[in-house]
Amino acid sequence: MFNIYLDFASTTSVDPQVVKAMAPYWTDIFGNPSNLYEIGRQAFSALEKSRDSIAKNLNCLSEEIIFTSGGTESCNLALQGLARNFPQGHIIISAIEHHAVLNSANYLKRQGFDLTIVKPEKNGIIDPQKIKDAICDKTFLISVMWVNNEIGTIQPIKKISRMLERINQQRIARAQKKIYFHTDACQAGLYIKIDFKKITADLLSLNGSKIYGPKGAGILFVRQKTPLAPLFFGGDQELGLRPGTQPVALYVGLAKAIELVENLREKENKRLAKLQNYLMKKLRQKFPNIILNGDEKKRIAANVNISVPAVEGEALSLMLDEEAVMVATGSACASSDLKPSHVLTALGISDELAHSSIRITMGRSTTKKDLDYFLISLEKVYKKLKQISAITEFL
Amino acid sequence: MKYDIVKNSQGWVYSETVKKHFFHPKNFIRGDSPRWKFNGYGESGSAACGDVMRNWIFVDKRSQKINRFGWKTYGCASAIASTSILSEMLLENGGMKINDALKITPTDILDRLGDLPIKKVHCSVLGDRALKNAIADYFKFSSEKMVGK
Ligand SMILES: Cc1ncc(COP(=O)(O)O)c(C=O)c1O
Repeated sequence: MFNIYLDFASTTSVDPQVVKAMAPYWTDIFGNPSNLYEIGRQAFSALEKSRDSIAKNLNCLSEEIIFTSGGTESCNLALQGLARNFPQGHIIISAIEHHAVLNSANYLKRQGFDLTIVKPEKNGIIDPQKIKDAICDKTFLISVMWVNNEIGTIQPIKKISRMLERINQQRIARAQKKIYFHTDACQAGLYIKIDFKKITADLLSLNGSKIYGPKGAGILFVRQKTPLAPLFFGGDQELGLRPGTQPVALYVGLAKAIELVENLREKENKRLAKLQNYLMKKLRQKFPNIILNGDEKKRIAANVNISVPAVEGEALSLMLDEEAVMVATGSACASSDLKPSHVLTALGISDELAHSSIRITMGRSTTKKDLDYFLISLEKVYKKLKQISAITEFL
Repeated sequence: MKYDIVKNSQGWVYSETVKKHFFHPKNFIRGDSPRWKFNGYGESGSAACGDVMRNWIFVDKRSQKINRFGWKTYGCASAIASTSILSEMLLENGGMKINDALKITPTDILDRLGDLPIKKVHCSVLGDRALKNAIADYFKFSSEKMVGK
């Protein structure tokens, strides 16, 4: 079937090598890794090899990798799992977090925790100083995502983690409690090298679904001595933090996906940057009044998020779909609460422009030809909707 | 069954009618305003909320029928389709009497469209409100004329 998929930030396909790596663990080595007999031991060994391989790639200890069901669970476990060991206190998150973090934090607020939500600058980047300013004596947790899923902006995670390291040293000297730092890296893994010796994050979430690995598989990195409680109870799998029989095949696949990412990252970043440049250049030629959402430079190479004045995003994406082109939109009409994207509105852009946004995210299979086809389709569909539109122009 | 998502594995969850009117809208105005004479103009919605509709009517004084109707809509598929179908309802059978047009409810538009996903229903409300504003404008317009005489 002919179609142009430009929604890789939503999810990727599973790399054929990942599928191949997982294959034996569905039917042959299907054992429960907690069992002592042979297929149990084989499953256990595959599970632990996967963990070791991930730990090696991320430069951390194997014991620091907790397997989960994906990004949402990892973020929930990070925030709520930590909060369970603190009877009260203050949490800081950014305003552009994924709902997995945002709604976990809002839940904790309802449970009596204090919450500060730090707005990004106009370019979609969080200013570390504003995080610092939000810190108070009661602060025990800060969560800032590494790469935003909608606008692709890269957050200064290294800066924030260095700043927190200094603050924590002072706090410890004053016999105050340490502030823990979680970063949601679900959208970062493909593009940014994660090295736990270089960042001092205590908690980090990753998932398979965005990195050509299996859906339903994720990890939470938990730095040693981070006081975390499980969200639900059962056996002692995953150090008791995430009980339940592990789906070994998924984690074998996840480890393979991470290994492939490490090999391909540099080359892909270069290739995608060229495509991104090309796409932006062409878009600006054809649609001089489009607005790029998020910083032009400090963004991952795969993401282009634009507002197309005078046409509505959901209508645009539906008509593009009819042209066999798949993109995402931040329009309210496409969301369940009829509110435009919280990320776009946090940038301070008008609701109008948020309604008119589309997100194009490229991936390993994206070619220049795909982009040319997309551009032709967009032009066609834009003309049609512009003609109908009750709005001639707005900013 | 109504869905909250736009597509499912079977394809469109919008009715065939919505799909038809979205991809092939009827009676919309090209350019900024109609090239034909109109005697009522109305709008509703706001860009900030994601939907704006403008419409123009020409009411025949003697028959009190809406002879011409044109529209422009900024909004999602439902908003576009519901405006297009409203235009069809008004113009068929030689034009609807304004008294009948004033009675059009969002439910009437919905019935005609087949189903809209639940959360999209506000889009059809937009259409009847813009129309009512246009009819009010027509009354104002014609009474001013009478005063002028
Ligand atoms: C930044 C970010 N965090 C968390 C998630 C949630 O991941 P999952 O869908 O695997 O639960 C996603 C994906 O939607 C994401 O983009």
